[in-house]
Amino acid sequence: MEKKNAKKFGMVIDLDKCTGCGACMVACYAENNIPFREDDTDKMLSISWMHVYRLNNGKPFPDYEECFLPRPCQHCEGHHGHSPCVSVCPATATDYDMATGIVSQIYPRCFGCRYCMAACPYHVRQFNWWDPIWPDGMEQMLNPGVSVRMRGVVEKCSFCIQRYQAAKDQAFLEGRREIEEDEYQTACTQACPAGAITFGDLNNPEHAVHQLALPDPRHEGRSNNPLAFRLLERLGTNPKIYYLSSREWVRRAGDNYLKAEFKTKAHS
Amino acid sequence: MDSALIPKGVKRCPIWQFALWIGANGAVLAWGGFAMLLVYIKGLNQTNMNNAYGFALWIWADLAVIALGGGAFFTGFLRYIVGKDELKSIINYAVLIGFICYSSALMILGFDIGQPLRGWFIFWHANVHSMLTEVAFCLTCYFGVLTIEYIPMVLENRKLDKIPFFHNLSHNMHEIMAVFAATGVFLSFFHQGSLGGVPGVLFGRPFGFREGVLVWPWTFFLFTWSAAAFGPCFTIFITKITETITRKKLVKDNVIDLLAKISGWMIFFYIIAKIIDTVYWASVTAPSKGFTFWDFYSSNPGSAYGIWILIAELGVCGVLPALILITPKLRQTQSFLWLAVFLGVLGVCLNRWVMVLQVLAIPVLPFENWFAYLPSWQEIATTILPVAYGIILISVSYRYLPIFPQERELNPIDEPGTAAEAAEAEAQPGGSGPEPELSPAES
Repeated sequence: MEKKNAKKFGMVIDLDKCTGCGACMVACYAENNIPFREDDTDKMLSISWMHVYRLNNGKPFPDYEECFLPRPCQHCEGHHGHSPCVSVCPATATDYDMATGIVSQIYPRCFGCRYCMAACPYHVRQFNWWDPIWPDGMEQMLNPGVSVRMRGVVEKCSFCIQRYQAAKDQAFLEGRREIEEDEYQTACTQACPAGAITFGDLNNPEHAVHQLALPDPRHEGRSNNPLAFRLLERLGTNPKIYYLSSREWVRRAGDNYLKAEFKTKAHS
Repeated sequence: MDSALIPKGVKRCPIWQFALWIGANGAVLAWGGFAMLLVYIKGLNQTNMNNAYGFALWIWADLAVIALGGGAFFTGFLRYIVGKDELKSIINYAVLIGFICYSSALMILGFDIGQPLRGWFIFWHANVHSMLTEVAFCLTCYFGVLTIEYIPMVLENRKLDKIPFFHNLSHNMHEIMAVFAATGVFLSFFHQGSLGGVPGVLFGRPFGFREGVLVWPWTFFLFTWSAAAFGPCFTIFITKITETITRKKLVKDNVIDLLAKISGWMIFFYIIAKIIDTVYWASVTAPSKGFTFWDFYSSNPGSAYGIWILIAELGVCGVLPALILITPKLRQTQSFLWLAVFLGVLGVCLNRWVMVLQVLAIPVLPFENWFAYLPSWQEIATTILPVAYGIILISVSYRYLPIFPQERELNPIDEPGTAAEAAEAEAQPGGSGPEPELSPAES
């Protein structure tokens, strides 16, 4: 059950602003101690909590258009917290927090069965096929607030939950019960040079993320903003990442439609 | 050399021939063992799995062998609960095959996880909402049941049976075997079903997802049903292969005929249910998620996931074996019987393949493409490993244990001394008499 005054952290990504620069990915790597290999060209084996897709409308020049779509974990709520990945984990190594809406991953609990990866349609869950090997000296640069993962466990975007914990600790020390909107921001949000990413509490009408996403709590968070959409909303995953685009083909690219419905096929 | 261990009244090949056979299979076993060692030491990077294919060849092999091993619980169900007495002549072999299948499944699960040393977390930190948790508990319990069912067979070895403790233990285990058979049926119903629930609950994967009753998707019931239907096909198939290799008739035709008939009707009704499920899924479930039926099948010529796979699963390997097995004249014709059980085995393996691999191959995000996967040699070797292990265990069991109670009756030996040996055996406590040996549960 959702607690009274529960938060629901979420994100709005304005695809009209995203230039595909990849700063969000780099910031995420640095903040979350994401391992990489010397040859990381096979993206099906590499780990990136934030992945930027490159879409196009499939039309020839001069009608050709492109769009970059950053994809962090969607932190799905599903129906009453039953996100696709959480309910399937046999060892309770992943959790949906009703107080924050964050889907967490407990690395020392995960034994690497990969059922959650099979359950996630967004491919946000990635496996540590190797033990991390950091370039000489880089161990000194690792974020001490984030545990380094070992071979054989699944990991994914956590909405930089260590920052939330740090912000709460700070507020506690200062005698406050609540944190301000800008006290907890994810690394990708802060790194985006175009200001395409907005992060905050979707339940709080004063937060920018709420004002942009306009989530409808009676319809599982569906957006009332005509320019907003969520990825694969029809599956009932109830994600907390909202995308904005003024282009209809981009909005339609976020979900699957039958021919009888409007369908514009996007290409990656 | 080992004649003292061989059951009385039966003929076995010379020891050198047996050693060669075991040696050849042992070489394959060693190859698989080496690959397994690589996986344990170096990790899952030895496979060709990737972030799209978190489940691959091994999970398919797990699901397939568990379905094929379903012959054990279903034959036990028919024998002990329904009361089909004729099946006592094949129940031993069904149990042995089941034991091999389930021990193989557990072995594969052991190296399929990224952190094998944490494997016990599935029991310790169990998430009761996960289908995999239920699978782990029931699978382990049922393997225990199969072990208990297999032990009396081992104790019936000619030498072991002479030891009073083992003789009495075996006898007492027989007395309560029906309880274990019933427990096995109960456990199998749930873990076979939960394996079906593994893809069925994935509401983020429209190819696997199914509606259902309460927490159980339709695949839960279809998997249990298909294991019960096709499992006996595998029991018959392996029995026929054993008969061919040993060049002996080991089980009477009426026993095979009964099991084949029941299997045929089970497949027949299963296929009707499966077709209804497929039609409903294609016309209601998938469209509600924005997918058409054809979105799930690749149009690329030669694709592993073309529409051919559905036709093969439901038609060639479903309807066809069902029709053969429910038609008395056809199933009593050896060539048709062979064909039907082979297609049945293939059919259930195909079903498990699509419910594991195709679920992950299909792009769900509209801007992604089909995902390809080809197993590495380490994955192939470790998947063949259980086959070699199964052949070895069957060979050793067949040579030294009274697995087939009708063997002596069907293959009388005219050699001098056999009659005297048989009479002597009859006179000994615990010795096998001239009558066909009863199955462990019948003694």
